[in-house]
Amino acid sequence: MPAFDTPLIFDGGQDGRANRYVPAAPPLADLLPAALLRDELPLPDNTELDVVRHFTRLSQKTFGIDTVFYPLGSCTMKYNPRINDALANLPALRDLHPFVPDELAQGALAIMWELERSLASLFGMAAFSLNPAAGAHAELTALLIAKAFYKKKGDAGRTTVIVPDTAHGTNPASAAMVGYNVVSLASDERGRVSLDAIRAAAGADTAVCMMTNPNTLGLFEDQIHEIAAVVHAAGGLMYYDGANANALMGNSRPGDMGFDLMHLNLHKTFSIPHGGGGAGAGPVGVAAHLVPFLPVPVVRAAGHDEAGGRWPSDGLTFRLEFDRPDAVGTMRSFWSNFAHVVRALAYCYANGADGLARVSQLAVLNANYIRVAIRDLIDIPYDEINRHEFVASAQSIKRETGVRALDIGKALLDRGYHAPTVYFPLLVPECIMIEPTETESKETLDGFIGALREILIAARELPQSVLDAPVTTAVSRVDETRAARFPDLRWRPPGP
Amino acid sequence: MYTPHTARDVEEMLRAVGVTSLDELVRVPDAVAVKAPLDLVPQLSEIEIAARFDDFARATSAGAYLSFLGAGAYRHYVPPVIGALAMRGEFLTSYTPYQAEVSQGYLQAIYEWQTYVALLTGLDVANASVYDGATAVAEAAIVAINATGRRAVLVSQAVHPNYRAVLRTYAAGLDIAVDELPYGAAGNTDFSALERLLADQRYAAVIVQTPNFFGCIDAPPRAAVTAIKATQTLLIGVTAEALALAALATPASWGADIAAGEGQSFGNAVAYGGPHVGFLATTSEQLRRIPGRLVGRTVDRDGRTAYVLTLQAREQHIRRERATSNICTNQAHCALIATIYLAALGKTGLRDVAAHNLVQAAALRAAVTALDGYAPRFSAPVFNEFVLRVPGNAAATLAALRQRGIVGGLDLGRFYPELADCILMTATELTTAADIERLTAALAESAPEPGRGTIARI
Repeated sequence: MPAFDTPLIFDGGQDGRANRYVPAAPPLADLLPAALLRDELPLPDNTELDVVRHFTRLSQKTFGIDTVFYPLGSCTMKYNPRINDALANLPALRDLHPFVPDELAQGALAIMWELERSLASLFGMAAFSLNPAAGAHAELTALLIAKAFYKKKGDAGRTTVIVPDTAHGTNPASAAMVGYNVVSLASDERGRVSLDAIRAAAGADTAVCMMTNPNTLGLFEDQIHEIAAVVHAAGGLMYYDGANANALMGNSRPGDMGFDLMHLNLHKTFSIPHGGGGAGAGPVGVAAHLVPFLPVPVVRAAGHDEAGGRWPSDGLTFRLEFDRPDAVGTMRSFWSNFAHVVRALAYCYANGADGLARVSQLAVLNANYIRVAIRDLIDIPYDEINRHEFVASAQSIKRETGVRALDIGKALLDRGYHAPTVYFPLLVPECIMIEPTETESKETLDGFIGALREILIAARELPQSVLDAPVTTAVSRVDETRAARFPDLRWRPPGP
Repeated sequence: MYTPHTARDVEEMLRAVGVTSLDELVRVPDAVAVKAPLDLVPQLSEIEIAARFDDFARATSAGAYLSFLGAGAYRHYVPPVIGALAMRGEFLTSYTPYQAEVSQGYLQAIYEWQTYVALLTGLDVANASVYDGATAVAEAAIVAINATGRRAVLVSQAVHPNYRAVLRTYAAGLDIAVDELPYGAAGNTDFSALERLLADQRYAAVIVQTPNFFGCIDAPPRAAVTAIKATQTLLIGVTAEALALAALATPASWGADIAAGEGQSFGNAVAYGGPHVGFLATTSEQLRRIPGRLVGRTVDRDGRTAYVLTLQAREQHIRRERATSNICTNQAHCALIATIYLAALGKTGLRDVAAHNLVQAAALRAAVTALDGYAPRFSAPVFNEFVLRVPGNAAATLAALRQRGIVGGLDLGRFYPELADCILMTATELTTAADIERLTAALAESAPEPGRGTIARI
């Protein structure tokens, strides 16, 4: 990584260096009364070369899947196929305005409909809505659906959401946004939700039980069917957090497990690029009794499948339906993160049902392969067949050497690997969570295993070398305390 | 399938793990195992996928039409340099920059985005992005709710109808009341009842949009702002067309405590509705109530300038149910595109583009309102869109234009029953004089016969 400083874009530029993208225009003061106009616009004018060099240099100081192996637990950093970007960039789709009449958007609507239908089959749900913008947004949507469902039933006493202690932080935060109280459920010694625990927690106040399966320890909740029965018997709904869906495609379906509501992160399981933290896409799926509550718009198909038609959408016409009296409303400015819907459907086509099942099998194989290759050097708290990810604990290493999970992650950066997720889930001390995904080869995994073993050995023999890492990156460890204590969140123009 | 495993790899890896088959590895209890075949789209090679999506594109005929749609999603010129830089794999395929040492580039870009938003809105501090304009408004309302402890907001009916719809969705979750201020004859928000409405200090915020949904410049007058401040109510300024920020008086200058809006116009495609990019800026006073990610500038161990995600104690992964918002994934890449766009255009380019929008919208408005029977519905000054009153109803006029290859704008009857004879029309720097001529000719051709008032649906 280049260590050179890259000045802020605001530190460069000069008046008179503007690019000529549009013809010269009259001054704004000739077009509107001065009272309506801003006084000044303190932004730099840069040549295009300056802009290219600036952002190219910034890119060079950023790790992506394209440059390194990225074993970030719960994030599913798989390869992002470039054909998907090319398809999302087709002018007819890229430049399609959301307010065009439906008859001019039939192809786009067919894309949405085919994806909704494929997801419904793959995950055992009656219907999906592509409306939410990301996973947390979909959680909020699903909880609003639950709230509307109970309101319609006249069941006012359901105000509690049950969340296991392995849950993603978005689960309780989403619950709070619909005014629900959160009850945290301790995992048992097997790292799973026990029937006893769920029996004790579920009751007349239970609105929703939010779970992911496999859970964030990478373990399959093998009593999920019974857990769902307990929650349903108490009158509650089961919500599936789809963050870990990459583990079970074609193998097991949330709908069959007893989940009534779920979301997916298309930016995890369906190969959409994470883009440095978004945009994502978070379809929400529901069982039949919750379909009326889905957010609007939903894509409706008319006509019939042509027998023998080559494509699922042959012979159908589509429209966006807004008038749905029981719907929770709408979640965003416009219908979906459509460019990502295009990418996700292309990924479904690239795999088909059998291919997606193999994706999940190989994701699980890769994770287990790493686990067994490092367990002689680091504690694996739940050392059994895991799914697409597993957790290790640096607790004993820390006790012996002072080297923490965080330090091990930083040492990996120097060896050309992104760090795993650390300190999550919260119930495992000094947690290191590794998710390799299926797109990594055995050679890549072997290289990573070698690097990790080297670090674990160094932690015991030469701990300072791990505590000093990283040393090859653009900056060394960052002073986070100072950042929080003296917030500097923007550049300011030099004073007069 | 994008999986590299050879049969031999699989065999060796299974042996290392100590199982005999992939099926054994993923075995689940029988009750939850998939048994029936799944009904998915078929598996295709890449060349077949490309052909399939070409079919989808062909079935999406809107591209062949001349369009005057805007209403919260705007087609602007995007220099090729934007995509060339933003699509670099290091940016595109990176995760949220939690590992600061290997994310300095992206973190700096977000810091630059926060700065651009702060400079454009005139406010102190901006976040790393939210999903879009509508959710930015909802999140801004939550900031105000938390700041004031009040349980209601007052929103202008001239705020984008979809933004108000999302506000109501979020409000239903939090049991917040949403009341509305009407719009007046000129197309601006009618503030005449404001003082009375605010008297009992019930509202956490007053929410206005400028340019508003009708295209009218709608910064609240000084008396309204005085009433808002006097009751310790927060003023939220909404912008659905971010380009207007380059030209119009900043939200901070007319008293907004929070600016919330949509940044799609900065280099992002309309893309049938997303992904776009919401922005949220506010005063230092509300710093710790801001939702979502913030990047801060600090130093590394060796004293070098460094960037890092900061003030994370507000966020869901630390604070869980007490977080300021549940937002996790945001719109980082769309914000990056916007940042590169702003850097490439610069103040000169932005002002020129804004000026072209004003010029083209004025030309369009003059041309269509010169036709017999067509008139501007509102008189307030506009930025790049305006409301046209047509003879008869808007739906019929738009259908007639569609027969002539034109999407003439948005039928306002969809959101405002009383404006069923009105079309919201938009012009940008991509609108040409020839486009305007084509539209006026088509309108003249499709005009109703004198005295009929409506035209037959074709």
